[in-house]
Amino acid sequence: MIQLSSPDSTTEVAAVEAAPTPTQLLIQELITDCTSVLGDDVVETFVKHDDAWIRVDTPAFARAAQWAKDAGLSYFCFLGGLDWMPNPSLSGEKSFSIEGAEPVADDDQEVVVEVPADDAGGADASGSIASGYAGGETRFQVIARFYDVDRHVGLNIKCDVPPTDTVPSLTGVFAGSDWHERETWEMFGINFDGHPGIRKLYLPGEFEGHPLRKDFPLLAREVKPWPGIIDVEPIPGAGSDEGDGE
Amino acid sequence: MTDMSVRASSLTDWQKAAYVAGQAADARINVELETEGMTLNLGPQHPATHGTLRIVVRLDGEQVIWADPIPGYMHRGYEKLTEVRTYPQVTTLINRIDWLGSFCNEVPFILAAEQLMGVEAPERAQWIRTILFELGRIANVLLGLGDMGVQLGAITPVFYAFRDRERVLNQIESATGGRFHPNFDRIGGIKDDLPKGWVAETKSVMQAMRGFCDEIEDLAFGNEIFQMRTRGIGVIPRDVALSYGLSGANLRASGVDWDLRRDEVSPLAWKHVDFKVWTHPDGDSFARLWVRLQEVRESTKIVDQLLDGLPSGAIMAKVPRIIKVPEGEAYVHTENPLGEMGYYVVSKGGLGPFRVRIRTASFNNISILPWVLKGVYVPDIVTILASLYFILGDIDK
Repeated sequence: MIQLSSPDSTTEVAAVEAAPTPTQLLIQELITDCTSVLGDDVVETFVKHDDAWIRVDTPAFARAAQWAKDAGLSYFCFLGGLDWMPNPSLSGEKSFSIEGAEPVADDDQEVVVEVPADDAGGADASGSIASGYAGGETRFQVIARFYDVDRHVGLNIKCDVPPTDTVPSLTGVFAGSDWHERETWEMFGINFDGHPGIRKLYLPGEFEGHPLRKDFPLLAREVKPWPGIIDVEPIPGAGSDEGDGE
Repeated sequence: MTDMSVRASSLTDWQKAAYVAGQAADARINVELETEGMTLNLGPQHPATHGTLRIVVRLDGEQVIWADPIPGYMHRGYEKLTEVRTYPQVTTLINRIDWLGSFCNEVPFILAAEQLMGVEAPERAQWIRTILFELGRIANVLLGLGDMGVQLGAITPVFYAFRDRERVLNQIESATGGRFHPNFDRIGGIKDDLPKGWVAETKSVMQAMRGFCDEIEDLAFGNEIFQMRTRGIGVIPRDVALSYGLSGANLRASGVDWDLRRDEVSPLAWKHVDFKVWTHPDGDSFARLWVRLQEVRESTKIVDQLLDGLPSGAIMAKVPRIIKVPEGEAYVHTENPLGEMGYYVVSKGGLGPFRVRIRTASFNNISILPWVLKGVYVPDIVTILASLYFILGDIDK
């Protein structure tokens, strides 16, 4: 049985109802600190699962990283890009959904439990994740994660990527950001202002295009569309009694 | 300059002429003897590179003045491929990231999916996951310790390592069916229960692994040549290590007392066992290798304790036959053999993940090479690579 937590309307309610863990208190403290240091540059914050997302104004991205470093989150975890465009190679007849899939071989009715979208508070008022936690206005976003190795807490800092496709580089704050930015640059075509010598990391020099953009076709799927769910492994021990929903 | 000109002014003409001629001759000799840097291409098929990492180093004599690692010879694009697969299909791919400890790659991804779904695997499944995770760590780090000998010119340790790793792989195979790529973790639990007699067998294997640790400690770590080649070489201070995102034994060898098994709230069973997180204050190659050795010892003790306390019960939670993960974002990381491995999973409520950012340990561990190789001597490049210990699949994803 899927354990569904009670659907709460807002994050605050969830935080108050359950007694906050030390990690949650620490995250609240960090968010307060971040907001007081960065001021209006903090656009939106979001807390869930003992983790936090802070969206900052694009020009303040490096400053936010500096704040994180000063606040004790001195361990650089990763930096990556996000492309919020729906994947065109998974639409239409190549659809990557149950509706478009072949029916399962045995005639048992499939149990598909629809779990309410946000079980511990909505991402935003509309409850949609079209632009992720902590919101967003642009197609691309850059996300970086920092961690505190002494207090054992981490948080994600996001920023939108403006039409110039340029965001501030974090290499001046975290040296380890170098390779992550090179990867994000080649995979998403996002430039990093202030990066010392950006160049391709994984891809060969003559490669054209940005493979992790959603509109970059994946040849394997273009040639042979997803066949659908044709082989669903039975749950061990589930045998005769079918799951919930029947 | 000035006093030279004063002195020169008191000289006679021919003395001045001789002085100038002498300067010119010196200058000519300097030009002729000017050392020219040399560019050395290490890899992509150097044995020290565990695969196909290429490192271009610029040398001045025997010293490295500049190093540029070039990954990507084995880039497989897993982040793109995960976007067109269902959640259960993804584990097949990510098994191939760190191919020496495959099972450990599956766990954080499955945990991330479970976190988004609000599913928790039964207790027994969590314990078996943790046992297999630790077996993966032993199999992985064991080979790293043996391989370390090869990089230092000692052939014997690697044979010991392959001999003993085989026993761990046999245990993994008899439990999961796969020697290298178990593909055993499922959302909501694990595929199968443990076979009969497995617990006792694994215990005897763990005993043998402790024997291997003693053996390799005698053979290598106490060896004077080994110490001379690794002590004080490739020192990485704490703050540099943190800013490059080094993790695992590499970070603990720089004096950072951080282990996700102990420090992070995780559904896995580490919280039920007693183990020590070893650190070393030196930050050099020796420290990194030494911490790894202790880690294998601790892992064998963890496995022993888990085998003793293995709870009974179900191994699979009730999950729908077609896995649909609700909308959300989650980052779940675990302490993998090579360091922190995490998956940032974005779900839009479909059958497959919308975006997966794979944070691998070796990627960050190796990105420090341009910094740490600066100024070292050529033979030390290889020992530093061995001590940072990377798997190429873990860099190239």
